[in-house]
Amino acid sequence: MDHNTTRRGALACLGVGTGTLFALSGGVLTGFDLAQAAEPGAGVIVGTPLFAQISDSHIGFNKAANPDVAGTFTQCIGLINALPQPPAFVIHTGDITHLSKAAEFDQAQGLMQQLKVTEVHTTPGEHDVTDGVGTEYFNRFGAASKNKGYYSFDHKGVHLVALVNVMQFKPGGLASIGDEQMSWLKDDLVGRPSSQPIVLFAHMPMWSIYEPWGWGSSDHDQLMTLIGRFGSVTVLNGHIHQIVSKVEGHVTFHTARATAFPQPAPGVGPAPRPLAVPAEQLPSMIGVTSISQTSLHKPLRLTDTTLA
Amino acid sequence: MQTTPIKAALTAASFALVASFGLAVALPATAATGGVQVMIKNFDFMPMDVTVPVGGSVTWKNLDEEPHTVTSPDGSFKSDALDEYDTYTFKFTKPGVYKYLCTIHPRMRATVTVK
Repeated sequence: MDHNTTRRGALACLGVGTGTLFALSGGVLTGFDLAQAAEPGAGVIVGTPLFAQISDSHIGFNKAANPDVAGTFTQCIGLINALPQPPAFVIHTGDITHLSKAAEFDQAQGLMQQLKVTEVHTTPGEHDVTDGVGTEYFNRFGAASKNKGYYSFDHKGVHLVALVNVMQFKPGGLASIGDEQMSWLKDDLVGRPSSQPIVLFAHMPMWSIYEPWGWGSSDHDQLMTLIGRFGSVTVLNGHIHQIVSKVEGHVTFHTARATAFPQPAPGVGPAPRPLAVPAEQLPSMIGVTSISQTSLHKPLRLTDTTLA
Repeated sequence: MQTTPIKAALTAASFALVASFGLAVALPATAATGGVQVMIKNFDFMPMDVTVPVGGSVTWKNLDEEPHTVTSPDGSFKSDALDEYDTYTFKFTKPGVYKYLCTIHPRMRATVTVK
């Protein structure tokens, strides 16, 4: 596409590169790296941009893995703003803050106001809700769901569902959306045609990546019984601060990078703690994701872009 | 039940305890306050099981860079997110076995026995 040069120029100017752009490329969300998109002739965003995903901004974190999480979050916002065709909205898949503090939420919301989109849809991470239900996160983002946290909406024929999987505690620390939310999701999806593209987003992975670290879902199988009939399902999350994807039937699972700092590959080292890398490497390990659509009958297209 | 987060006040006492017992040992310690201390280190509560008398206190101190919480699933006690070196103290006034976990890393589980 001829706007590729423009994007490359814009990205080079910003000097950023951590994000994922999602596009509906015929019914399945396909991700492509934003940095890759900046390469000549590579990762061209095909179709209509739908939305962008940012995740794990951890505002309030100030340790060695990234002493300036507000700065890299701002750079990632700039990356989205610089897209030649801006997405209609942005989703934040949780860990907006590091410690659920009011000041951290204030700062994060202030930074997100720089996004040149009219809507930001969120779902909480476990770092956002350490103070429980009905407090800082819900005071700010709970209205859309009457403080339940989960909700759904439609955009250009795509049905999007925000799920909360960080507030039900299962043995082993696996993610869970729980019976009440599962029942709500069943009702939410029941009348929809199987041809409608579905996007689910939550903070923690909704399939098994590495269960000793809690990087898995206790109700994946139950979820699949609800979404397996659809021809195009895209399940997006954050939490593990790195790209991992899996396709299961017509369901594409995809985890986004963080905007704050990377984490170790599954099982590498003793715990899923912030991974400190040389400063020059950090931009290549954080970013955003963009989602676009080429056809209602093809998978959505996902594009991951880093700040490098 | 009464929650008593006293971060600053306990910091000095906590450092004293660390100096006395050593980081690696992290034994339950009877501090001058009459409480027991639990260290949070490498994504574990140490020790995982402590016993205090009725009216006794437990102080948790996070030694990880990663934040953790001390949360009773039934809501009987609950810390804020504890950043590195933050502490949280709770006084137990009723006998029983209290299970708790870190809601950020819910595979981290431990108990306090009060008798």
